[in-house]
Amino acid sequence: MRYLPLTPDDRRVMLARIGAPDVDALFRDVPKPALAPLSAFNLPDTQGEMEVERALVKLAARNVAAGAAPFFCGAGAYKHHVPSAVDHLIQRSEFLTSYTPYQPEIAQGTLQYLFEFQTQVALLTGMDVANASLYDGSTATAEAVLMAQRITKRGKAILSGGLHPHYAETVETVAGLFGSMTRSAVTPGQPEDIIALIDEDTACVVVQSPDVFGLIRNLRPIADAAHAKGALLIAVVTEVVSLGLLEPPGAQGADIVAAEGQSIGNGLNFGGPYVGLFATREKFLRQVPGRLCGETVDAEGRRGYVLTLSTREQHIRREKATSNICTNSGLCTLAFTIHLSLLGEEGLTRLARINHAKASALADRLAAIAGVEVVTQAFFNEFTVKLPKPAAQVVEALAAKGVIAGVPASRLLPRDKAVENLLILAATETNTDDDFAALTKALSGALA
Amino acid sequence: MSMNNQGRPTSPGEAFPASIATISGDRGLDHEEALIFELGHGATGVDLPDVKVADTRLAGQRRKSAIGLPGLSEPEVIRHYVRLSRMNYAIDSGLYPLGSCTMKHNPRLNEKMARLPGFGDLHPLAPQSTTQGALELISQLMNWLTSLTGMPAVAMSPKAGAHGELCGLLAIRAAIAARGENRKRILVPGSAHGTNPATAAFAGFTVDEVPAKPNGHVDAEALKAKLGPDVAAIMLTNPNTCGLFEGEVKEIADAVHAAGAYFYCDGANFNAIAGKVRPGDLGVDAMHINLHKTFSTPHGGGGPGAGPVVLSARLAAYAPIPLLVADGKGLRLIEDQAAVPAGAKPFGRMCAFHGQMGMFVRALTYMLSHGRDGVRQASEDAVLSANYILASLKDVMSAPFGDGPCMHEALFDDSFLTGTGVTTLDFAKAMIDEGYHPMTMYFPLVVHGAMLIEPTESESKASLDRFIHVLHTLATEARAKQTERFAGAPHLAPRRRLDETAAARKPVLRWKPEALKQAAE
Repeated sequence: MRYLPLTPDDRRVMLARIGAPDVDALFRDVPKPALAPLSAFNLPDTQGEMEVERALVKLAARNVAAGAAPFFCGAGAYKHHVPSAVDHLIQRSEFLTSYTPYQPEIAQGTLQYLFEFQTQVALLTGMDVANASLYDGSTATAEAVLMAQRITKRGKAILSGGLHPHYAETVETVAGLFGSMTRSAVTPGQPEDIIALIDEDTACVVVQSPDVFGLIRNLRPIADAAHAKGALLIAVVTEVVSLGLLEPPGAQGADIVAAEGQSIGNGLNFGGPYVGLFATREKFLRQVPGRLCGETVDAEGRRGYVLTLSTREQHIRREKATSNICTNSGLCTLAFTIHLSLLGEEGLTRLARINHAKASALADRLAAIAGVEVVTQAFFNEFTVKLPKPAAQVVEALAAKGVIAGVPASRLLPRDKAVENLLILAATETNTDDDFAALTKALSGALA
Repeated sequence: MSMNNQGRPTSPGEAFPASIATISGDRGLDHEEALIFELGHGATGVDLPDVKVADTRLAGQRRKSAIGLPGLSEPEVIRHYVRLSRMNYAIDSGLYPLGSCTMKHNPRLNEKMARLPGFGDLHPLAPQSTTQGALELISQLMNWLTSLTGMPAVAMSPKAGAHGELCGLLAIRAAIAARGENRKRILVPGSAHGTNPATAAFAGFTVDEVPAKPNGHVDAEALKAKLGPDVAAIMLTNPNTCGLFEGEVKEIADAVHAAGAYFYCDGANFNAIAGKVRPGDLGVDAMHINLHKTFSTPHGGGGPGAGPVVLSARLAAYAPIPLLVADGKGLRLIEDQAAVPAGAKPFGRMCAFHGQMGMFVRALTYMLSHGRDGVRQASEDAVLSANYILASLKDVMSAPFGDGPCMHEALFDDSFLTGTGVTTLDFAKAMIDEGYHPMTMYFPLVVHGAMLIEPTESESKASLDRFIHVLHTLATEARAKQTERFAGAPHLAPRRRLDETAAARKPVLRWKPEALKQAAE
């Protein structure tokens, strides 16, 4: 087996030094009936690299990649161009095959990029501090609610109806153990009256902007209303490129920002791995979940970085930790950091404007199709349209014609009849005029 | 004599003293590197058109202030991150004996496969008719995981080991609730990973610690004595964190089941027994599998991981959404709690979308490459290598449970350092100067000054012999009180020991421009 360096001779010599007759003697603590013969596993045997590659390529070929079709899916995962340098750099052995930087003397590379990442996330979100990432946007949102429950010592969370339904379900599953979870009712494309739901028992209000239907929300009044009742505002961002054009949550009074960072540096990957961004105010630092990287000096006074404030974490605090999380999204944070470094201030703001311009152009074109109504009037790169028939049927019909038209709202809210005809579409810098033409033609045909 | 060689000395000449300061601050191939924010100068690493957009669709929310990101060109960004990478130790550059962490070889085919556009560029909510290959891949991986563990079901969405623990405990919680019971206590051995008690608390349970016996095994009698009508589950790592197989596991499982509780197994050490022992045969009800350990999806400096959870027949019904089912038209993801097949009672959802697909591709590639025989051989080689290290070092280092064989990791304590003035930390840091990453230190907690060495199956005998020689010599010197190389080690790494106390006392967690920094002071 090409990955195993020991030869049969090596194994014999090693067993002799150990003083064991055979390798099964080393498994002597395993009860005999539990030692399974190879035949107990109904699985294939070793294959060469070429054979394995052939099998995987065959499977991949049965999928329609986003880049292989006019493509308009968003709803929490976005197709962006990632510069070639990003993937090249993250595959350097020293990044790819290193462990969590618990030995800082020989992990300064990882630690420094985490410090840069934390700075970038704090700057983007307009917050004081950020951690070294969580699994993804949805789990970051759940962690944010748990943190708000700890800070306020209250259980109740109010979830905006515009929060991505998968995020809401994730929050309910985890934070619902410690308090009631109330989902606000929403009309897609319209703001909601969430302020009326906030009371003295409320730990936090969770609002996504742009929301799952693409609508840009005004967070300031919600933040003020929450703070007046002693609750926190958790702002959720699923399309982080939007922060290149829109006011950051930190400037609107958010106490915690939970965001999905996939759009910068990371591919679609059928849903993961992604990178959860988590930022907050300095005063809440000791309640932050996950890893934090901090600056310090070494024995010779040279600047260096370490994982810090680990008394919050499970390997020190065990059942009293702020979270059970152990890993972060290391390599995905690196991809994020490198891509954002390539973009810089000018690149990100231009990219954001291009995205908005593309989506605006698409909305105008779709609005001109008979029977199509654009229901989201203020948006970044994603909006919702109402079709004269169930969107899921239209999406399948267009997929058969080679156009991936977007995400039917019913995929996310299958029990809500009111959204059955709604289609959520995203347009990014990757979309061309040809893509728009293909979509409008196919959609016109499907609705005719 | 050629022109080019005039004046060029041909012998190496005088040695350059190590203590001399260089003009640049760099030393040969070792470069110092500023923060990216200190290097920016208004350049750009991308070429994008400057498109103007109107305010009409922005709801008055256009950004009012600059972000503050630095601008650099592509060559500058590449040089920056390449220089950073060179300050890292990695499994590709040397033996990485971190016990419990499993730093094994990361095959590059796995990386290549994960980047096939059909996987890497596939949207999680694309129409399911256009993602059948991805669903088939998940289905094949599920088959491998259930076959290797002898368990009937697996939940794929947990994003890391600790997330898998949470998934398992939430399934247990749901199963207990379905029985109309209220069980709040979870038994966790003192040798457990910190994530176990943290997860139990995270899932709303209380933690009751079970002691270890002097031989490093869990005290099965003490455990059984703690069982009662309020016990929801035990969380047991097997092989345990002392590198030992819990031989009484079946009796423990039977007692746990008889008491109406569930058996959660921490699968962090599954790599010792994969292809040899099926946890399902041991009475396990739930176990997460760290794909980044056993199936070698790269650790990437601390993630991303992936932690699918295999479930027994008693828990399978409670697996979270999404569920993967086969129907007449192919494979289908069921993403709605209300649309699940009869009998399924999902406890909820662990995360958006369907799990760590990028890691699934790598893990399945690993499995297909190894095959069942290779997986089994890898486990045997990992155990053999750890025992080889244990046998080769126990004359100079102290093995608290060294009488019998270990599994895939060799555990030592610090009693061989008693009276030498050398601590476990000093000993480990001295390894850095020798070109090695230290072993896991001070874990498990049940052993004083623990040093946990996991060589994995990826090392050649020559590599193991060299490592043994270095550790043997270090231990011999320490015992002889030749402590020069230990005091203040490492001396030869990119950094000396870092002041972690100062870092925690006055946390600096981000760069700030000088002006901002001064204003704050």
